[in-house]
Amino acid sequence: MRDEPIDPCARIVVIGAGQAGFTACAKLRDLGHQGPITLIGEEAHPPYQRPPLSKGYLLGEITEDRLYFRPPSFYEERSIDLRLSSMASAIDRDRKVVALADGATVPYDRLILTTGARPRTLPAQIGGDLDGVFCVRNLADINAMAEHFRQDQRVLIVGGGYIGLEAAAVSAKLGLKVTVIEAAPRILQRVACPETAAYFRDLHDRKGVTLLEGAALETLQGEEGHVRSARLADGSVIPVDFVIAGVGVVPNVELAQAAGLSIDNGIAVDENCRTSDPQIYAAGDCASFPWRSGRIRLESVGNAIEQAEAVAWSLTGAPSRYDAKPWFWSDQYEVKLQIAGLSAGYDTVTTRPGAAGGVSYWYYRGEELLAVDAMNDPRVYMVAKRLIEAGRSPSAVIVGDPATDLKALLQ
Amino acid sequence: MPRISIVAKDGTVFEIQAESRTSVMENAVRNSVPGIEAECGGACACATCHVYVDDAWQEKVGPPGPMEADMLDFAYDVRPNSRLSCQIRIADALDGLVVHVPERQS
Ligand SMILES: Cc1cc2nc3c(=O)[nH]c(=O)nc-3n(C[C@H](O)[C@H](O)[C@H](O)COP(=O)(O)OP(=O)(O)OC[C@H]3O[C@@H](n4cnc5c(N)ncnc54)[C@H](O)[C@@H]3O)c2cc1C
Ligand code: FES
Repeated sequence: MRDEPIDPCARIVVIGAGQAGFTACAKLRDLGHQGPITLIGEEAHPPYQRPPLSKGYLLGEITEDRLYFRPPSFYEERSIDLRLSSMASAIDRDRKVVALADGATVPYDRLILTTGARPRTLPAQIGGDLDGVFCVRNLADINAMAEHFRQDQRVLIVGGGYIGLEAAAVSAKLGLKVTVIEAAPRILQRVACPETAAYFRDLHDRKGVTLLEGAALETLQGEEGHVRSARLADGSVIPVDFVIAGVGVVPNVELAQAAGLSIDNGIAVDENCRTSDPQIYAAGDCASFPWRSGRIRLESVGNAIEQAEAVAWSLTGAPSRYDAKPWFWSDQYEVKLQIAGLSAGYDTVTTRPGAAGGVSYWYYRGEELLAVDAMNDPRVYMVAKRLIEAGRSPSAVIVGDPATDLKALLQ
Repeated sequence: MPRISIVAKDGTVFEIQAESRTSVMENAVRNSVPGIEAECGGACACATCHVYVDDAWQEKVGPPGPMEADMLDFAYDVRPNSRLSCQIRIADALDGLVVHVPERQS
């Protein structure tokens, strides 16, 4: 289905003032949309970047205002009606209005859902609601845990994914005593190969982090309501001062679901980021989209930006099939990991030693290059990203040979 | 506070009072300078904050670091005076700095 450009004076409402919501509004104005744009966000802060929350901001290296995508004046100058501390509570698709929790209503001609995702929490039955148990998604989350980041405090990090490992790196850097537990047989099980997992395990090991794999949390125990220890499935007990849960996120689909939109591991959208209601679009962490023969949902800055831009293009009359070009990065200590592509479904991994201590792991399915994890090797990352985007697959033998000039492969 | 100038691609000059230790990229973003996308927010992971350092300033600003140089190698229309603006830290010695925003980011 093709979209006609909407009336340039149409009213556009965006729910969710994060990465995708901000990008959609900014891009719509860049592309010349003249009608009213309203950006509704439940948080009190202007739209801000999340990646530094588990990196520089948690370390105390950067101040809150440095996280903002743009200063508040940006929204005024571009007539983007930014409504903060404002929660959208219902969508009336027949009347085309969004209801806010404070009772106000906002009419729309086109609606964009960029509601993001929320962290999975540890169940209350196992002590997840004790004081001193935190997750890492919002500025509010980090501000709440900041006072605990003192030397020699004992932190338990539940979950060995990228967020958990970044939190571990920051904690270790600040002199805390850090234990990471991962219920799966290894860290990064869902997102990376054993080689990448081993690389990060060694790194954390050298920094003094205790990393327990195949270690399931049974309960958190508290005293006077504050968490004091964790009991694992094997019966061991770890004394703690506080806990950070990094056990994944769930997409915020409830608003869309209640409005009767199709949901399938996120708000289901087509190749133009349109939901099952042609007047409503979705982008970012909350949206699942067609990919190869299936459907996926990505949790990354790059995806949020590109999808939001695709929506803005569609609305201003230049719909192009959204073509995901997955990329991601993670910073831990002095290591920068950069990932191009999606590794799901790989069967082999080739190692390429890099210059100056860098290394990269190349994921293949048969002859097809799917993804690359590059540790302190940005050049490899940049080449791999281009190769994957162009659908090109140099042989594993060639890329594994350190003598191969990778840039020449792009010619 | 050092003053810096960022010249947008349409020639508009943004004159900015820049706080020490912030990056040129952050100052561009805080002042809504168009053409600096900064998708990774300064992590040296995206190369969408590319700028050209004005000739008169090239020596003071210095060359890119090794990681930055590798990223830059793949930016759009790279020149000898190219830098990633997130990797240029403001210091008193850069009072008066001029940088130019390229035609597009990669
Ligand atoms: C700690 C952390 C580190 C990360 N590190 C990286 C990284 O290194 N690299 C990378 O690529 N990605 C990283 N990510 C992921 C990246 O930040 C997300 O993929 C991206 O922010 C998704 O953008 P979004 O707009 O979809 O959602 P968000 O940025 O989460 O924005 C959604 C917003 O919508 C609001 N909202 C939801 N429902 C409503 C409602 N009903 N009414 C009003 N407002 C509502 C939410 O409060 C939120 O502010 C990280 C994420 C976190 C949390
Ligand atoms: S902002 Fe991404 S490299 Fe500078």
